[in-house]
Amino acid sequence: MREMGNGRSPVIKIENMTKVYQMGEHQVHALKGVSLEVYPGDFVAIMGPSGSGKSTMMNMLGALDQPTSGAYWLDGTDVSQLSDDALADIRNSKIGFVFQNFNLLSRTPALQQVELPLIYAGKGQRKERARKALELVGLGDRVGHKPSELSGGQQQRVAIARALVNEPAIILADEPTGNLDSKSGTEVMQIFQHLNQEQGITIVFVTHDPWIARHTKRVVTLADGKVLSDETILTQLIAGKSERPSDMALH
Amino acid sequence: MNFWENFRIALNGLVINKLRSLLTMLGIIIGVAAVITLVSVGRSVEGVVTAEFQGLGNNLLFILPGQISPDQQGPRRAGGAGLTMNDVVALSDPLLVPEVEKVVPEYGRSALVTRGRHEMRTTITGTSVDYSDVRSFYPVTGNFFNEQDVASGARVAVIGQTVYEELFPDGEPPLGATLRINSVNFRVIGLLEEKGGSGFNDQDNLILVPISTAQSRLFPARRPDGKLRVDFIYAQLLDEDRQDAAIGQIELALREQHNIDFDEEDDFTVLSQDELVSAFSQVTSVLTIFLGVIAGISLLVGGIGIMNIMLVSVTERTREIGLRKAVGAKRRDILWQFLVEAMVLALMGGVIGLLIGMVGTLIISNLSDSLQPVVDWTAVIGAIAVSAVVGLSFGVYPAARAAQLNPIDALRYE
Repeated sequence: MREMGNGRSPVIKIENMTKVYQMGEHQVHALKGVSLEVYPGDFVAIMGPSGSGKSTMMNMLGALDQPTSGAYWLDGTDVSQLSDDALADIRNSKIGFVFQNFNLLSRTPALQQVELPLIYAGKGQRKERARKALELVGLGDRVGHKPSELSGGQQQRVAIARALVNEPAIILADEPTGNLDSKSGTEVMQIFQHLNQEQGITIVFVTHDPWIARHTKRVVTLADGKVLSDETILTQLIAGKSERPSDMALH
Repeated sequence: MNFWENFRIALNGLVINKLRSLLTMLGIIIGVAAVITLVSVGRSVEGVVTAEFQGLGNNLLFILPGQISPDQQGPRRAGGAGLTMNDVVALSDPLLVPEVEKVVPEYGRSALVTRGRHEMRTTITGTSVDYSDVRSFYPVTGNFFNEQDVASGARVAVIGQTVYEELFPDGEPPLGATLRINSVNFRVIGLLEEKGGSGFNDQDNLILVPISTAQSRLFPARRPDGKLRVDFIYAQLLDEDRQDAAIGQIELALREQHNIDFDEEDDFTVLSQDELVSAFSQVTSVLTIFLGVIAGISLLVGGIGIMNIMLVSVTERTREIGLRKAVGAKRRDILWQFLVEAMVLALMGGVIGLLIGMVGTLIISNLSDSLQPVVDWTAVIGAIAVSAVVGLSFGVYPAARAAQLNPIDALRYE
């Protein structure tokens, strides 16, 4: 067993989680008993081929869906048996999502995008908090810009600010660099590394890209609904400081 | 998450899609504007018609040709032979109809009246001397025509204030002046006191002439059987408490006069003032309801338009809904967001339509002399309430659909 926790309680603890989808007459076993612990300050990449259960696991981790069996403690709360509304509260207060396709509201200025989780949290001082979150991702001068006026990388940074703004226990990202060119992808990884190292924010994300994965501290590989490997990255790449090798060398 | 947040979010959603919001509202705007305008106009028609017959006094009966039943929707003419001077003579016989004190025939047409270079179109009413007392039309200057004028078919005229103002714009003395009606010269012998009213309820817009003159010189009234036509007959009663007895006597006399067999229906109608008012106001209130219903249908169509757009909007914004749920929106938050959007669309449409309807009513009352519509407040409240209900009922389904969306599927929606 890895000893990353240094005695601290895990942010995420899943035990023997399974998920079965009923597809017509067939049962699809997307997860076949996954156990995982993520500790505060962790920076985890989840990898694996298509159909390995990555997305299903992200949905479970994000409290968007509930497992068929197994337990899931998020920041000390058992969320595997909660009602819809309770899950909505958990998503709001404990989780920040970053999506592959950004999922920004159309024709809405960046500041209002970032305010969104605070509105559902019913918190005050929304403008100030949203502005701070945007400054944290280097977009302090773009608060009034609409998505159509921002580059892909900038849009993803707005989405990261939105994930941060409610001070969640963890940021979950689903292929956050998947829709970006390598320069913008690097920008996003720089921000993630900065948030993880300077702010101590816990980040878990799914990626296909082994080179991107090596910017994290830990890579979990799924295959066929199970954890195949769970390894610590000893020499973490620094985003922007390392050349991307040719695809040939990675495989 | 309070109501005002939802309200703000919904309003934002509408502002972001200004053009679409406006087009969606258009159905409601037109519907409400139509309800307000048409119902106001309908009510004013009702008011005008009612006012026409009121203030005539309860001791008057009206005898009209044909069958008019207040139970049926509107007057129905049963072919009937019509009323003639012979009927007037019969009804004037105190032996036949002892309860009737005075009988006054009326026979008139609209005609062009000229005085020098001034001209106007007005109603020329031929009647008898008692008209003055029965209808309380008294001359303020000069005299009403007398029995001798009626007997001789004199070409004399008593004019109303509106006619005086039109034909004597410089305030010349009317008495002795000559008017040309249908190429026949008449001498003005009296000017009636002002009665008030406006439009087709303007009781000052008339010229009274002896009925014999009207029948022989102006509008030939001789029928093939030799009798002289009249339009209708007023009967003033000795005692208004014995109205029923009087009606019975009149009916008997006229049936006799018209040779109606005992098993046949009357070819005339005797109405009291109340019956007359209710007969006409029934017609006009049916008109108002009819207009209201048509306008209401356009409101319904507007509501369906809102539902349509809201459904499109829910589909189009599936990813947005998924995102909102992912960042913590609960079902009821999404439900309220879309419900409030639909309600705001409907209510804003309602208010804008209301303003347009009020302006429309104002324009009609400015354009028309005869109709003076005032905004009908029951229509205002009704239209606003209906548009709120429309927004609610046509918004619930799309909003519920949005709220039911599974966040994972919604986020994945392309």
